[in-house]
Amino acid sequence: MLKYLLEKEFKQIFRNAFLLRMLIIMPLMTIVLFPYVTNQEVRNLKLSVVDHDHSVFSSRLIRKADASAYFQLVSVSSYAQALGEVESGDADIILEIPRDFERDMQRGEPGQVMLSANSVDGTRGALGSQYLSSIIADFGTELREEAGITASPQLRLSATYRFNPTLDYKIFMIPGLIVVLLTLLCCALTALNIVGEKEAGTIEQINVTPVPKSLFILGKLLPNWIIGLFALTFGMTFAWAIHGLVPAGSLLTILLFAGCYILAASGMGMVISNYSSTMQQAMFVMFFFLIILLLTSGLFTPIASMPGWMQACTVVNPLKYLAEVMRLVYLKGSGTGEMLPQLFALCAFAVVFNVWAVVSYRKSL
Amino acid sequence: MVEVNDLSKSYGAVNAVRDLSFSVNRGELYGIIGPDGAGKTTLFRILTTLLLADRGTARIAGLDVVRDYRRIRQLIGYMPGKFSLYQDLTVEENLQFFASVFNTTIEENYYLVEDIYKQIEPFRNRLAGKLSGGMKQKLALSCALIHKPKVLFLDEPTTGVDPVSRKEFWGMLLKLKQQDITILVSTPYMDEAKLCDRIALMQGGRFLEVDTPQHIIDHYPETLWSVRAKEMHRLLGDLRSFPGTKTSFSFGETYHITLGKSSSPESLQRYLEERGHRNVSIQPISPSVEDCFMLLSK
Repeated sequence: MLKYLLEKEFKQIFRNAFLLRMLIIMPLMTIVLFPYVTNQEVRNLKLSVVDHDHSVFSSRLIRKADASAYFQLVSVSSYAQALGEVESGDADIILEIPRDFERDMQRGEPGQVMLSANSVDGTRGALGSQYLSSIIADFGTELREEAGITASPQLRLSATYRFNPTLDYKIFMIPGLIVVLLTLLCCALTALNIVGEKEAGTIEQINVTPVPKSLFILGKLLPNWIIGLFALTFGMTFAWAIHGLVPAGSLLTILLFAGCYILAASGMGMVISNYSSTMQQAMFVMFFFLIILLLTSGLFTPIASMPGWMQACTVVNPLKYLAEVMRLVYLKGSGTGEMLPQLFALCAFAVVFNVWAVVSYRKSL
Repeated sequence: MVEVNDLSKSYGAVNAVRDLSFSVNRGELYGIIGPDGAGKTTLFRILTTLLLADRGTARIAGLDVVRDYRRIRQLIGYMPGKFSLYQDLTVEENLQFFASVFNTTIEENYYLVEDIYKQIEPFRNRLAGKLSGGMKQKLALSCALIHKPKVLFLDEPTTGVDPVSRKEFWGMLLKLKQQDITILVSTPYMDEAKLCDRIALMQGGRFLEVDTPQHIIDHYPETLWSVRAKEMHRLLGDLRSFPGTKTSFSFGETYHITLGKSSSPESLQRYLEERGHRNVSIQPISPSVEDCFMLLSK
């Protein structure tokens, strides 16, 4: 009997031109475009310099800041004008070099500069001032070395960024975005599918047939599982073709975890659809949960920096586990053995949601 | 074939079905006639195992609708009031699908649906959603029949269908009856009632009366008069103000009234003519099912 149910589902899927297009467009958008948009690196900070000194030192410092990839120089003369630029959004950071900057330094007195950052966007302000401080500190060291002063013992720091040597933000985001893709597609497809049958009334006709409800659910689950795997394939292919990103670990590991996850996501969609009577309802409920799940999944902000109670809540977020796994496999090349907790968690979600779906699907409506 | 005992179902404060008891014999064409909101659909949904009753029992072919719902689903065919086949599958695919979920094939029971299906077969590669109303209804009936059910439930199958198709459809039902299929059909159209073996007049979740259409008509306790005059609109008001009038209903182009013992059609005629009505005609007529329903539901 399952064979006929599947046959029917696939006929409907292949006849649904919109769905087939979405199957290509969604991976394309999420994997090709989103990595550029979700970039959290702070670049192209607009730096406004107020130079009262007009000395060799001051212009060296300005050149040094300008030479870094982070800053774009917008030169101005007075502090008031610079503040105006910040207010109008034309500048992010102001560097004010006082008169006698060079003279003080040459006398051996500490040189003073003032740094003001626009912190409406906290990350941008904080990171920008941090970058600029390190440039200034660097400049100081340079000057000391030129003067032959190495009085204080120096500490040289050399950091190696393991698994993502160039700290490329895209490499970090793409594995996560694949999770977003699978979640959106599988959860939405399943949720809308059953509600669609409710709205069309066809579920009534199915309900008077001897088809058991577990088989009916399975008939809905399997096609969506296969669609999910296709989406995964498209997503990973785009990641490789456009961003040159291939997983460091094994493809089979990804397949195993994603396979479990798709079952869980589809199950979640099905539970939502069982409790909704219209597509509109299902959509709203789904978006409500998806937004919460996405924001607390660690995809965009690290879970470790969330408040303790929220960290505890993320235990029941299936997205969190797959996001961890995808990053571990893609960047670090972890194997299944190292990620058993995640595997168990995902399997548990898949079982819980699908059993819940079967139980909550009432044939006697 | 169908046994119902003290069945009740309410939605909040609304009693959709109230202490209903009736039985349908094997091979019978049983009509449930009643206006919208009488509780017909609720009753059908309980009998087709889609809804649980609050109280009472119902048995189909000796099987309990709650306990043996699995086996009942093999035995019954249900055609809901709303078209509920897959609009994105073709005519043939729909029939194929419903045959296969009942573990049967189109070929096996083709003889049963042949008369009906033949009419839509030229369009068998058309999507069900693109069929006309009458054709959709024929397809729905074919799909409800393809597994050779013993009992067929048709919930308002002719609502929204043109008169010619309605006639055809009832013709098909009479043929199906000869195949030893028990049919329960609900309809708001009283004129379809006389084609049933027995009818139940339903209102407010109760059966007002159950009998053969002829008996129901024969048992009409009053003499029914058909009244016409030139100014029909004014006539109704005057009929109602006539002290001897017991009931008066608009019925197509005439008014059907019954009179109290103390008055006669002659006195009514005089009363109307005094009020300036011309061409007054008052004639005795034999009541229809609708008249019976009107009298009972008063």
